[in-house]
Amino acid sequence: MVVLAEPRQVVAPGELLAEGDHLLGENSYKIGNQIYSACVGLLEVDGNRVSVVPLKGGYIPHVGDIVGGRVMDIGLSGWTVDILAPYVAMLPASETEGPRGPRRRDLSEMFDVGDMVMAQVLSFDRTRDPLLTAKGPGLGKVSSGRVIQIQAAKIPRLIGRKGSMISMLKRETGCQISVGQNGIVLVWGRSPEGERVAVEAIYMIEREAHTRGLTDRIREMIAKSPRMEEEVAKQAP
Amino acid sequence: MQNKHPEKLLDEKGLRVDGRRLDQLRPVRLEVGTLDKANGSAYIEQGKNKILAAVYGPREAHPKHIALPDRAVIRCRYHMAPFSVDERKSPAPSRRELELSKVIRESLEPTVLTDLYPRTTIDLFVEILQSDGGSRCAGITAASLALADAGIPMRELVAACAVGKVQGQLALDLSDIEDKQGEADLPVAYMPNSNLVTLLQMDGILTLPEFEKGLNMAIEACKTLHTMQREALKNKYSQIREVAEEKEEPEVIA
Amino acid sequence: MSATPQLPPVAKLEQKTVVDLIAKGNRIDERGHDSYRPITIQTGVIEKANGSAQIFLGKTRVLVGIKVETGEPFPDTPEEGVLTVNAELVPLAHPSFEPGPPDENAIELARVIDRGIRESKAIDLKALCLQKGKKVQVVYVDVYVLDHDGNLIDAGSMAALAALANAKIGKYEIKGDEVIVKPDRRPLPINNYPVSVTFGKVDRNIIVDPSLEEEQVMNARLTVTIEKSGSICAMQKGGLSGFTTEELRKIVHIAVERAAENRAKILAAAKI
Repeated sequence: MVVLAEPRQVVAPGELLAEGDHLLGENSYKIGNQIYSACVGLLEVDGNRVSVVPLKGGYIPHVGDIVGGRVMDIGLSGWTVDILAPYVAMLPASETEGPRGPRRRDLSEMFDVGDMVMAQVLSFDRTRDPLLTAKGPGLGKVSSGRVIQIQAAKIPRLIGRKGSMISMLKRETGCQISVGQNGIVLVWGRSPEGERVAVEAIYMIEREAHTRGLTDRIREMIAKSPRMEEEVAKQAP
Repeated sequence: MQNKHPEKLLDEKGLRVDGRRLDQLRPVRLEVGTLDKANGSAYIEQGKNKILAAVYGPREAHPKHIALPDRAVIRCRYHMAPFSVDERKSPAPSRRELELSKVIRESLEPTVLTDLYPRTTIDLFVEILQSDGGSRCAGITAASLALADAGIPMRELVAACAVGKVQGQLALDLSDIEDKQGEADLPVAYMPNSNLVTLLQMDGILTLPEFEKGLNMAIEACKTLHTMQREALKNKYSQIREVAEEKEEPEVIA
Repeated sequence: MSATPQLPPVAKLEQKTVVDLIAKGNRIDERGHDSYRPITIQTGVIEKANGSAQIFLGKTRVLVGIKVETGEPFPDTPEEGVLTVNAELVPLAHPSFEPGPPDENAIELARVIDRGIRESKAIDLKALCLQKGKKVQVVYVDVYVLDHDGNLIDAGSMAALAALANAKIGKYEIKGDEVIVKPDRRPLPINNYPVSVTFGKVDRNIIVDPSLEEEQVMNARLTVTIEKSGSICAMQKGGLSGFTTEELRKIVHIAVERAAENRAKILAAAKI
C-alpha cells in the first residue's frame, strides 16, 4: 500500500489518502483501489489501516460511552435527556439507584427538568433512540461544580494517550474533572483559581487539539498563571 | 458607479466589461468557520458576490414526521438580503429563491453520506449578502465548505461555476450585467473525484457544440475552485498550528 | 397574539454559575457590570447598498444595509420622506431561529431601533421630499442578524447608525412625471446620532450589554436610547419582571455615559 498524504496532517473530504492493499478505518471510503477521506481531519496510518480522526463533528452515541446530559422532560417511567446528539436519550427510572416503583412526584425529586446527570449509554442503534443508565460509580445527578461544553471530537485529545493529558490537568490544577464522551466536562476545584485555570486549559486544548507539543504548553500555561503560583506556594508544607 | 447598460459586453480586444478574458474567473476569496453559533460555516466573495453559508446538524428532526428512517433529511434555504441587489428586494421568499433552494440542495445530496445519520436533519442556509450574478454557484461552493466545516462526512467537496454566452462567445463566470444581457446561462456544479455533475441548468440558446465546450469550461473552473476550497479548509487549522507550535520547545525523547 | 415563550430546559447548573458570578460583582467573561464587550464596526461592506455597516459586539454579529429609493409619502406627512426599519433574525445566526416572517422578537427589535432614529429626528425627513404629496425618498434600513450572542438591540442600532452615517445617495431631479437620479455621492441628511444602551437585571444586579448566557438568566431588560445632547429619545422594557425607581435612576445615568463612548466609536467607524 502506498500512503499518499502525510500522516498527522490535515486532510479534506475527497482527498486521496492511499492506494493499494489496505484496511478501511473510520471516516474513509474507497473507490476501486484508492482510499479517500470523508471528512476534515488528521490522517492516521496504523499498519495497514487508514483512518481519519475528525477535527470537528457532532456527537454520535456509542454503547458504553459516559455522557453528560440535561434532563428535558419527565415521563411516566423515566426522563428524557439531551445528550447533545441528534437523538434524544431516555433514562428509565429502573436504571437509577433507589427504591423501586417511584411515582411522578418522586421522579422529579430525583432528577428535575434542567438538572445535569452523568450517565452511561446502555443501548443505541439506527432504529431506536439511545437508552441510558445512571447506575454505577460516578453516575447520577450533578449538583455542584462548573459545567462546560467542548466539541465532542476533541474529547480524545482532552483525555490524552492512556489518560496522560487529563491526569496532568487534574494534578496541576488540583481539580476533579469528569469527562463525558459527548463533550460535557465537569470541573470541581478546591479553589476558584484552580477551577478557572482548569477551564481555560480545557478550552485551549479544544482550540489546539491538532497541534504538537500541546501537553507541555498546557502544563506551562497552568504553572505560569499568576494566582496558581500563590496556590502552589500556599499548599507547600 | 459602473454603467448599467454598456453598449457592448465585449470590446475590440475581446475583453469583457470588467476587463476579464472570456475564460477568466472573477477573483475568489474563501473563508471557513466564519460564524460562532453555527455548527459549520463558510464565506465566499466571487467578484462582487458576498455569500455566507451555514450548517446546523445533524440534529433532531423537528417536526418529527419529516424524518426519514434510514438517512438524514437535508433542508436548504437560499435567501437574498434586501440590500443585496440594486433595487431593494422584499425579505419574503420569492419563487426564484424557492427554486434555487431546491436545486442547491440537490447539488449537494450526492456527496453527503446521509445514511450515517438516520432520523435527523441537516439544515443548510445560504444567505446572499450581495449579489452580482452566479450567486447560486458561489453559494454551492460555500455551502459544501460549510458542510465540511461542520464535520459532516461527505465523499468530496462540491464546487460550482456558470458559463454563459455574450455576443456569441462562450464566457466563464458571468457577472450580473452579462447574465441579464447575454444569450445563455449555464450553471454547473461538479464533484471531481466522482466525475459527477450535480447541478445543471440552462436558460437561453446553445447549440450542441456550444453546450459541450461550455460544460468543459465550467468543469475546469470547478476543478480550480475545488483546489481553493481544499486550501481554505486546511488553512483554518494550519494558522492555529503555526501560532501554537511557534512556542514549542523541542520534544525530549526519553 | 403574544404568549409567554416556551423556554428550552433551563440549564440549572450553568445558569447558577452565571448568576453567582454576577452576585459577586463579576461576570463570566470577566467584565465589570457596567462594561461593554469589545466592539468592532466596519462600514461600506456592501457596495450595492447606499450604505452599510457590520458590527461585532463580542461574538454577536449584525449587518445593516441601507437602500434609498423613491416612493410615495404617507398621506398625513406629504412633505416628508419615509423611514422604514426591518429586522431579520436570520436562521443561520442561532440554532433556534427558524425561517419565516419576522416574529415578535424581530418586530420589537426593528421598532426599537426605528424609534431611536425617528424620535431623535436623526434623519431630516423633510429634506427627503422631492415633490410634495407625490414623490419622496424612502430610506430602507434592513437589520440582518448573522450571529446571536446577546444584545441584538444595541448591536443592531449601532450598526444602523454607522450605516446611515456611511450612506451615500445620488442627486434627485424632477422632470415632469419622472424622477432622475444623478450619480452624485452625497451623504444622507443626518442631524442626530441616537445610541441605545441595553441593561439586564439579574436578581438585584444591573448589568450592561448582556451576553446570550446572561440574557438566559436575566429577569428583565431595559433599553435606553440617548440622543447627541444627552436626552433620552426612546426606551423599551422587556422580560417577565420589572425595575425599581432606584434602579431606573441609576440606569439612565450609566446609559448617558456608555452612549457617549459608543457614539464616538460609531462616528470614528463612519469616518465622521
